[in-house]
Amino acid sequence: MMIELLLGVCLVGGLAVFLLPDRYSARLSFGISLLPILASSYMYATFDGVGNALLEGSTLAFETRVNWLSVGPYELFYHVGLDGVSMPLIVLTTILTTLAILSAWTPIDERKSQFYGLMLLMEASLIGVFAALDFFVWFVFWEAVLIPMYFLIGVWGGPRRKYAAIKFFVYTNVASLVMFVGFFLLVFGLGDSVQSLGLPAIAGALSAPGAVGSVGGLSPNAVKTAAFFLMFAGFAVKVPVVPVHTWLPDAHVEAPTPVSVILAGVLLKMGTYALLRFNFTLLPEIAQQYALVLVAFAIVSVIYGALLALAQQDLKRIVAYSSVSSMGYVILGLVAFTLYGLGGATFQMISHGLISGLLFLCVGVVYNTTHTRMVGDMSGLAERMPITAGAIVAGSFAYMGLPLMSGFVAEFLVFSGSFAADFAYAPVFTAVAMFGIVIVAGYYLFAMQRTLFGEFSVSTDYEITRAAVHDVVPLVVLIVLIIALGSAPEIVFGMIEDAVRPMTELTTTQQADAGPAGMLGLGVSLLGGVLL
Amino acid sequence: MSVATTITTPAAVSNQPLQLGLGGYEAIAPTIILGLTALALFTIDSIAPESRNNTLLSGVTVVGSLIAVVVTGWQLLTGAGSVELFSGQLVVDGMSLFFTFIFTSVTALVALASHEYVGDRAYQAEYYVLVVLAATGMTLIASANSLATAFVSLELTSLPSYALVAYLKDNRGSVEAGLKYFLIGSLSSAVFVYGISLVYAATGSLLFTEVAATLSAGIDGSLTGVLGIGVVMILGGVAFKTASIPFHFWAPEAYEGAPAPISAFLSSASKAAGFVLAFRVFLTAFPIDAIAGVDWVLAFQILALVTMTLGNFAAATQETVKRMLAYSSIGHAGYALIALGALTGAANQPFVLSAGMIHLLVYGFMNTGAFLFVALAEHWGIGRTFEDYNGLASKAPVACAAMSIFLFSLAGLPTGGGFLSKYFLLIGAVEAQTYVLAAGLIINSALSLYFYSRVVKAMWIEEPAGDLSIEGYPTGLYAAIVTAAVVTLLLLPALAIFSDPALTAGSGLF
Repeated sequence: MMIELLLGVCLVGGLAVFLLPDRYSARLSFGISLLPILASSYMYATFDGVGNALLEGSTLAFETRVNWLSVGPYELFYHVGLDGVSMPLIVLTTILTTLAILSAWTPIDERKSQFYGLMLLMEASLIGVFAALDFFVWFVFWEAVLIPMYFLIGVWGGPRRKYAAIKFFVYTNVASLVMFVGFFLLVFGLGDSVQSLGLPAIAGALSAPGAVGSVGGLSPNAVKTAAFFLMFAGFAVKVPVVPVHTWLPDAHVEAPTPVSVILAGVLLKMGTYALLRFNFTLLPEIAQQYALVLVAFAIVSVIYGALLALAQQDLKRIVAYSSVSSMGYVILGLVAFTLYGLGGATFQMISHGLISGLLFLCVGVVYNTTHTRMVGDMSGLAERMPITAGAIVAGSFAYMGLPLMSGFVAEFLVFSGSFAADFAYAPVFTAVAMFGIVIVAGYYLFAMQRTLFGEFSVSTDYEITRAAVHDVVPLVVLIVLIIALGSAPEIVFGMIEDAVRPMTELTTTQQADAGPAGMLGLGVSLLGGVLL
Repeated sequence: MSVATTITTPAAVSNQPLQLGLGGYEAIAPTIILGLTALALFTIDSIAPESRNNTLLSGVTVVGSLIAVVVTGWQLLTGAGSVELFSGQLVVDGMSLFFTFIFTSVTALVALASHEYVGDRAYQAEYYVLVVLAATGMTLIASANSLATAFVSLELTSLPSYALVAYLKDNRGSVEAGLKYFLIGSLSSAVFVYGISLVYAATGSLLFTEVAATLSAGIDGSLTGVLGIGVVMILGGVAFKTASIPFHFWAPEAYEGAPAPISAFLSSASKAAGFVLAFRVFLTAFPIDAIAGVDWVLAFQILALVTMTLGNFAAATQETVKRMLAYSSIGHAGYALIALGALTGAANQPFVLSAGMIHLLVYGFMNTGAFLFVALAEHWGIGRTFEDYNGLASKAPVACAAMSIFLFSLAGLPTGGGFLSKYFLLIGAVEAQTYVLAAGLIINSALSLYFYSRVVKAMWIEEPAGDLSIEGYPTGLYAAIVTAAVVTLLLLPALAIFSDPALTAGSGLF
């Protein structure tokens, strides 16, 4: 019942905020959004799930499965439940939504009730995406996320908001259709061996050898490969993977700060989460067969995204493109298909959610005060806005992977996982991907130096004062969380490890994870990268 | 329903005299209630012919049709059997009740919305009487079990509709639309009735069941051609009523010119009436295995594909919202035609049919709601084009939220039951191995998002024009729009209520 409670609070709260007058909405929605945090923290504390939700031998936490509707032989089930992968993502969603709502108090000054109502509606859809275990329920929430996002960018965005909103909408909706076709190709290939669209049932059916039959003249293997790549293409847009990333910078730059936080912090994780759940859990053998292709996508995203970020002058674009780079690490970890690779990828989703959320919030605070985001337009901000400047420094170092911060743990896990991966030249690819960190360090140090330090000057005519308390609180909360996860990763990683371990047993040719010597070498090179 | 006489064979019917007890008429209670509502309106009109007491007239219509909704819903959910009346001329079964539920719900919404839309125009009682009579005709179409009854009830629906389209008699567009609708309507009626005569010539019967029996027994080879032409002509009549290609020309004109609540009524209820007629005629009278010489499934496949594609492409090029909705309504007729086009041997036929029925049910609410929003805009006098809707959400957020629910649901996003019903149609088409129809459905749905979201974008994202102002929040229109929105929304989680009756009703025809 807890998941229904979460969804219900967000939906009813969102509707109430939407209908009430503007003057109540900011505080009311903040108050309402605290309830899901309480609920999800309670769920986290009492979490008793075991194993991976889709695979055999698992016990789901907070599971509900009821018949939604049936038309003849076609039954749809409302099936939700959590495992170690989805639980942390739900907590992340509830926390980031509240912080985003808090950060909206300053910049959002018109049509407030609609804005906050949509934020809560989006929280409900996102929770649904992570909790759903029946394809159809999942798809309802997946599509439902688009609608509030479209309005949030389109109504409250920057000057080119209409273009950005429609681009986001068209890109992701077409991607959903491609993914939908891919998934149903797989379902029709399974024929009568599945009776519902429940993801555990489909995963179970697929694990039997020769389960997939031919569809429309395609051989069984071709069906699986086509389904894999259609789904990959669909999810790649959401992640986003180069070359289908072009909606992201536009959406981020035009979106107001609170929406950017949700977009980078949670929405991108929908893509990687779906990749983990669908492509890599349902069709692991295809993922292994084409590992080199997928790794190429990951590395291009890491390097190309980082290089694009290096070329930007707009702070928001820098953070946006660096997200493309960070999401590349998640793909790398997934393709590695080792315990640390998969676990690190999931940990990176959480960690990147916190860090990119922090940096977008910082950029938002800077913009609220200076009304510019261009690196060249300001310098020496640390003098006037010490806390914000400190947060930017902290966020940048977290991004670069400073030890004791969550980014370090995530990247270390991903690299050690992919170092030991099964595909050819895994260490070489890992080394190339690690080079992305060097570039990240480059652009963040450059941007920090230009904007925060040196002599104070701002090219716009606004008085630069310290940010309001409700703007600073979210920054502090996020920094605390980042450091907590960096110093004691096991508070989340234990759960994640338990959920991804069954996945590693899906493949027959599994190598052992890197031994201590390999890890040491990796650690040294990683630290070298940071120091560079 | 226990008192109702359940008769399964036509032979048994002919032995029985006309039933005068409650047992016989209870089954067609919704039709009778609508008829009585019409009589009540006539009475009010004859007592006070010049009265413009809109609240009374609208109220009587709403109450009458709501009672009919409740009675139908009760009959539907308690699972009526199959009751034949008047020597088998009418049949009341799950199919007829399912569609009667759509007709009566739409009638109630339209009558509620007309409260302000008709305002203090002249001939109010006539307006409501015509609406109720057309609805009565639709419920009879849903029950018609012979070609003669089908034709008569079709005319009972059509004739009031012609007059209603031309109701704004000082408005050129309305009168022109009425005339066009009437001309094409009478032409297609003539085609339809001529088709009936040819079928009668070939089979010697008008009762659906007897036509089917004659066909399975085999007809004289020389009559196959006559029968074929007859079937195609009946298909033409159906295409007119459902606003499908090639008899769709009247639809954009009529929907645009007519008063917007009437557009809602025609494009939702009247279209559904055409579909129930098609389902019954083609599945009961011309079953696929009995009529091997005439491949009407193929005909419906072509019709479905062409209709959905042309409808959506034409909708994408429109400049006024009402006309866009008119073409999109043609596109949705194409989707619903999948229910007949996918009845191939490979298909799970009852499932395909019930998918079409579910789509028409959801469509009844979401499309009615969208047209009623246009009625609201016309009531405010803010213009007809997409640009005229700019910034409307800042003045009327609730109505605009409702409109967004309708439009996204029409496009197949999960803001309402439209998402599920399209999904069922898609599964049905794939199972039937009519991949072209499945692809057409997906591509057209993706395209339709473009023009539906133009309205949403105008309402929420664009800046309002400087002089945008709206007068008041008309109670009846708002109530109707919000009700339609809530029902559309609830049909997503709660579609299970209707999916079982739909499947039972669909199975009943095979």
